[in-house]
Amino acid sequence: MSYLPYAVAAWLFLIGLYGVISSRNLVHLIICVGVIQSSSYVLLLAVGYRTGAAAPVFVDIPVGTRAVDPVVQALMLTDVVVEVTVVALLLALAIQVHKRHGTLNPDELRKLKG
Amino acid sequence: MIVLQALILMFVAAAGTAVVFTRDPTSQAIVVSFYGLLLGIMFFVFQAPDVALSQIVVGAIALPLMIMLALARVKKQSRKAQK
Amino acid sequence: MTRRIRQRFFLISAAALALCFVWGYADLPPFGHVSSSYANIVNAISVPQRHITDAVTAVNFDVRGFDTLGEEFILFTSVLGVILLMRRTKDEPAGDHEDKAPGRKVPPVSDAVRVTTLLLMAPTILFGWYIVVHGQVTPGGGFQGGVILSSAPLLLYLCGSYPKFRGAAAPRLIEIAEALGAAGYILIGGACVALGGLFLENLLPLGTTGTLTSGGMVPFINLGVGLEVSGGFTLILLVYLEELMEEKE
Repeated sequence: MSYLPYAVAAWLFLIGLYGVISSRNLVHLIICVGVIQSSSYVLLLAVGYRTGAAAPVFVDIPVGTRAVDPVVQALMLTDVVVEVTVVALLLALAIQVHKRHGTLNPDELRKLKG
Repeated sequence: MIVLQALILMFVAAAGTAVVFTRDPTSQAIVVSFYGLLLGIMFFVFQAPDVALSQIVVGAIALPLMIMLALARVKKQSRKAQK
Repeated sequence: MTRRIRQRFFLISAAALALCFVWGYADLPPFGHVSSSYANIVNAISVPQRHITDAVTAVNFDVRGFDTLGEEFILFTSVLGVILLMRRTKDEPAGDHEDKAPGRKVPPVSDAVRVTTLLLMAPTILFGWYIVVHGQVTPGGGFQGGVILSSAPLLLYLCGSYPKFRGAAAPRLIEIAEALGAAGYILIGGACVALGGLFLENLLPLGTTGTLTSGGMVPFINLGVGLEVSGGFTLILLVYLEELMEEKE
């Protein structure tokens, strides 16, 4: 039971990678890259969690109470917002690829040269 | 609390699998929105309210919106190329 | 290599990767026991020394403010990349635009949608700024509030037509706001150096814990980041929507 978060992180990573290599559409591929990124959130969350502890906000709880790790949450926070912007950039690239080659299929794109 | 955590983790794993195995990008945008909401609930259950705030707005609204807009643009381009 | 060979190869290497995962997980502390002393230190000093009750904001903007500067510039650069990639090239004349496919009858926006979105616009903007400004007291901050703020112009697009949305969310104004937010972070750090401290060292008086002015420089950094994130997201939406406009034949 205590290995479930780690197993879920590894599973999401592997299934996202499978989606990337077996994809027939560039937009589907980009979304699978997003799934791979969310596996890192699950792993970071699992590393920072403390059983029976509260959120690291001390507005209404006294300062000495057990709280979960705030450093890891700070990492995840900026990562979530930046991920969406990077996906927007990748989608813009996919649109330009479609404009030039007329197809969104990675297998057909590989055959084109130059 | 432990049961809730295990349950939400399994839902997240199932939703991630569903996102990958939905091949059509238009339907995939809806599944991604649901997946983002599940991730937000998972952050909340694991005592991370800041991250849950970002994830709910970004993952359930901004990301599917951008996917739909990109797909509509691609459809318009292929329609123009066919003419 | 063909698709089939590729999939077989992937299954073998995925099995090897899964074994590596198991081997790596064996060394981690058991789930639920944090062994990092950095976490305990930050939780202990966040209120007495930095006067910030939200430990995550303290890590983001005070203790590790320099790393957040890097993350904010990743966002800025990605927005720049999207704008550059989607700029109108010479072979696409700008016409009088409509956002629907040709020959498709789109029903006019119903009154219920219009009333709801107009009623929701002001509370959304207010809520977004509330989350931005209260970053150092309760869960919130520049990143979360900025994203909520960027959804307000979208409501305008839902309730009206595209030209009205463009008129209200003027691109020039939003670009200026985003640039101000990004530059503000560096200017605050530079002001610290000019006043004789280190880059991004918290030089302002720290204030009373639990009020909006606690944390010294953190409220200003929060405002800058909120401006930048909301401006960046609105710009991305503007650029994507403009690309969608159908040219009138």
